[in-house]
Amino acid sequence: MVERQSPLEPVLHPGSHGDFEHGVEIILSETRPGSILQLAAWPGEEKTLMAGIHTITGLTLPDGAGGGVTNGARSVFGFAPGKFTVVDEAEGLATAFADVVTPAIGTVTDLSHGRTAIRIAGPKAEWVLAKFFAIDFALPAFPIGAGRSTMHHDVFAQIQRTAADQFDIYVFRSFARSFWKALCHASEEVGYDVQ
Amino acid sequence: MLITCPYCGPRDVIEFTYQGDGNRQRPQPASQNLDAWNAYVYDRLNPAGDHNEIWQHSGGCRAHLRVVRNTLTHEISSTAFARGDHNSVARHRAEDKP
Repeated sequence: MVERQSPLEPVLHPGSHGDFEHGVEIILSETRPGSILQLAAWPGEEKTLMAGIHTITGLTLPDGAGGGVTNGARSVFGFAPGKFTVVDEAEGLATAFADVVTPAIGTVTDLSHGRTAIRIAGPKAEWVLAKFFAIDFALPAFPIGAGRSTMHHDVFAQIQRTAADQFDIYVFRSFARSFWKALCHASEEVGYDVQ
Repeated sequence: MLITCPYCGPRDVIEFTYQGDGNRQRPQPASQNLDAWNAYVYDRLNPAGDHNEIWQHSGGCRAHLRVVRNTLTHEISSTAFARGDHNSVARHRAEDKP
C-alpha cells in the first residue's frame, strides 16, 4: 500500500497553543482513518443498503435523517437521503463492500484519499464549532453518533458527533490545511492542544 | 431567510442554490413544438405572493427541493423533496405532449 501523506503535515504542531495558561479546553487531532467510503442506495433500496452496512461493519444504523453510530474503530452516519458515510480505522473497506453493495442496490465510492478527518474534542468543542457552522450542536439536537452535512463558506463538511464533547469533521483534502488553520485560530482564545 | 430541508432541518439560505421557477414544464428533448419550448424558456408567472420554486440544498444533503416561497415576505410555506415529482408527475406530463 502506498504511504498516505497528510495535507496537515506542515501546519500540525503538537503541543499546547493559544491561551492555555487557564487550562486547555480544546483538543485537535487528525484521526487518519484507513477507509472513508460514501455509500448511496437507489430509491427503495435504503433498507437493503443499511443491512449491508450491518453485515460488513457490525454497526446498526438507526432510522431517521442524519442517524449514525460509532464504536470507536468504525463509524457510519447518514448525510443525505439514502446516502451514508462509512469510516474504518483499517484500509480495504471498499473491497469488503464491493461484494455486498451490488449495482442493483447502490454505489460504493472510496473517498479514503479525498477526505481528511479532523477530530475536535473538549468542553468547548460545541462552542468553537458554533463559530463555524449555523447548526444546533446541543446534545439533544445533535445526539452521539448522528451526522450533519453543512458548510463553512465554501468548505463542505460532514460532521459526526462521536462523544458528548467530541466531533469528527470530514473535509475535502484540498481544503483541509486551510480549515485546520481556521480551527486553530478559533480555538486560541480557550487554549488548545494539538495531538 | 431559513429554509427547512426535509432531511437536514432548518438551514440558512446560504446553504441553498436557487434552481429556478418550479412551474415550468420541460418539453420532451426531441420535441419540435416551438411554442412549448418558448414557454419553457421565457414564460414566467412572476407572482406577488406564493411562488413554486426549485432549490438545491447544495451546501448540505444536496437534495433538490420543491419550495413555496412568498415573494413579498420571503416566508417559506412548504418544502418537499422534488424527487417524487421528477419521477412521476413531470415525466407523465412530458409524455402527454410529444
